[in-house]
Amino acid sequence: MLLLQVIVGGLLLGAIYALFSSGLTLIWGMMNFINFAHGEFVMLGMYVALLVVVWLSGGPAVFGFAAMFALFVLGVAIYASLIRHVLRGPMLAQILSTFGLALLLRYTAFWIFSANFVSLPQTSLSGTLNVGGILMPVPQLVAGVLAILLTIGLHLLLTRTTIGSRLLAVAEDRHAAMLMGIRPDRMQALAWGLSAGAAGIAGALMATAYPWSPSVGETFGLTAFVVVALGGFGSVPGALYAGLIVGLIQAVSAFWFGPIYKDIVVYALFVALLWLRPQGLMGKA
Amino acid sequence: MKQVSQALSQARGPLVLAACLLVYPLIFSGPFYLDIGVTFLLAAISASAWNIVGGYAGQVSVGHSMFFGFGAYASLLVYTLWGWPPMFGIPLGIAFSVVLAIVIGVPTFRLTGHYFSMATIAVAELIRIFFSTWDLVGAAIGLQGPAVARGWWDLTFRSEVPYYYIFLVVLAVLLVITWALERRRFGYYLHAIKSGERASRSLGVPVQHIKIQALVVSAVFTSIAGSLYSLKTGFVDPESGFGILVSVQMVIIAALGGAGTLYGPLVGAAILIPLQTATNTWFGGGGSGLTYILYGGIIVLIARFEPGGLHELWQRLVPQRWKVRHAA
Repeated sequence: MLLLQVIVGGLLLGAIYALFSSGLTLIWGMMNFINFAHGEFVMLGMYVALLVVVWLSGGPAVFGFAAMFALFVLGVAIYASLIRHVLRGPMLAQILSTFGLALLLRYTAFWIFSANFVSLPQTSLSGTLNVGGILMPVPQLVAGVLAILLTIGLHLLLTRTTIGSRLLAVAEDRHAAMLMGIRPDRMQALAWGLSAGAAGIAGALMATAYPWSPSVGETFGLTAFVVVALGGFGSVPGALYAGLIVGLIQAVSAFWFGPIYKDIVVYALFVALLWLRPQGLMGKA
Repeated sequence: MKQVSQALSQARGPLVLAACLLVYPLIFSGPFYLDIGVTFLLAAISASAWNIVGGYAGQVSVGHSMFFGFGAYASLLVYTLWGWPPMFGIPLGIAFSVVLAIVIGVPTFRLTGHYFSMATIAVAELIRIFFSTWDLVGAAIGLQGPAVARGWWDLTFRSEVPYYYIFLVVLAVLLVITWALERRRFGYYLHAIKSGERASRSLGVPVQHIKIQALVVSAVFTSIAGSLYSLKTGFVDPESGFGILVSVQMVIIAALGGAGTLYGPLVGAAILIPLQTATNTWFGGGGSGLTYILYGGIIVLIARFEPGGLHELWQRLVPQRWKVRHAA
């Protein structure tokens, strides 16, 4: 029974992993670019949620959208001012750009918010649900379910809408897309906005249920790498399954070996994947 | 005779540099400046070691702290376990680092460069967490070296001057090796791989082998740098050995001066280390946070405006006339 409880908790957290990792995989799939600052986007989403709740006393719906919107704008701005210029540059510039950005965001957050752990003040989302003996805190349940719905929503946006087709067209062949009257720069800016927005709202959802500090960005960034490597680079459905799997593995290994080992197991999984199946579980070779 | 004078004029730059570094402790003998000098040398060694794989081969590692940490831990581990002089740990650290380099290089070098970067950061973090839970290596508290030297072989000195000259010798050896590699077939292979991997493979460059060799050489010297660090400080913990900021410092110093150039890491360290000391002094204990904000900002600016570092900026700004006269 306790194990079942642990599994449910892991899956609910894994759903949020899936949501922010889908943002990372979108950028990778579209422009062959790894965003080392993605975990920092999640962390910023958490602080946006906190600020909205504390200063504007906004409810759960408000701070979720605020985090998504703020990070969407940040993502577009970062694309326009930085990423666009390094995309066709040397590999060193590509990696350094977001790696430096990660440091900048992380330590600015340390400076402003200090290294202390914080959590959202009690919101209207509280209480615990008892389903057949399994206790589910309502904030985690709502956050997990919403995260799955949003990830599916992102997938539908990419596969079922005109905007999505344009994004995928640019990913497929930039020049052919240009000949079809699509502006690749705008689509890539949109992709950065969507990617950061997904990270932002994932952060806000996470903030409802878990305490955090500025250093969580590093952990989430690495977690997103693992999820994307497992699900296949560029695949949103892959990120969904892989996110749930990683959440599950983390929860179960924390339960069996102790909480310190949960990250060791996940990173070891990542290294094993790179050795055995670098294209991911569901990815094509 | 003419050949001798020509050789001398070619070697003028390195000779002047060597002379400056040799007399630095004699002129700046105060503990504050000596400390800056020693820190500079250590940073220059680590960044030059990173430069071999990250700069020359263009394979950007953001987890080089794993080799640094192995070196640092190995030195103190042989002391705490068996009471050996810490320097006996240097080969042990090198051995671990070489094995790790091969374990990471073999799978990721088959893929594009991004995989290598991701793998290095994940493995470094994995090892850091692992070391902070492992009691044999002191878990989160870390390891300590001999408090008082039992003899010269412990390399534990009160003064910074002996460390300064030991580090200087290591740096000189590393630079000579890098310089020699640059001029051999190996160096040309690295250059080819960096400019276009697929093209160089089709021309018969053994890409996979060369990249792994570069990583191994780089890992060996990074490990030595780690050992030197723990020899000097007599202390290492998971954060100072394997922390991400250790890797960041190597990357930023090499990239600032010019990744893939012999003197780039020296220039980068000569700028960044005094800057770091200054920000730490000005902003007091909480200054380290601001230091890393500054680091992040510098890295972003380099990537955006000057990926070749100061080396390329220099090449562009210095008038062609001046260069021609000097070449003649």
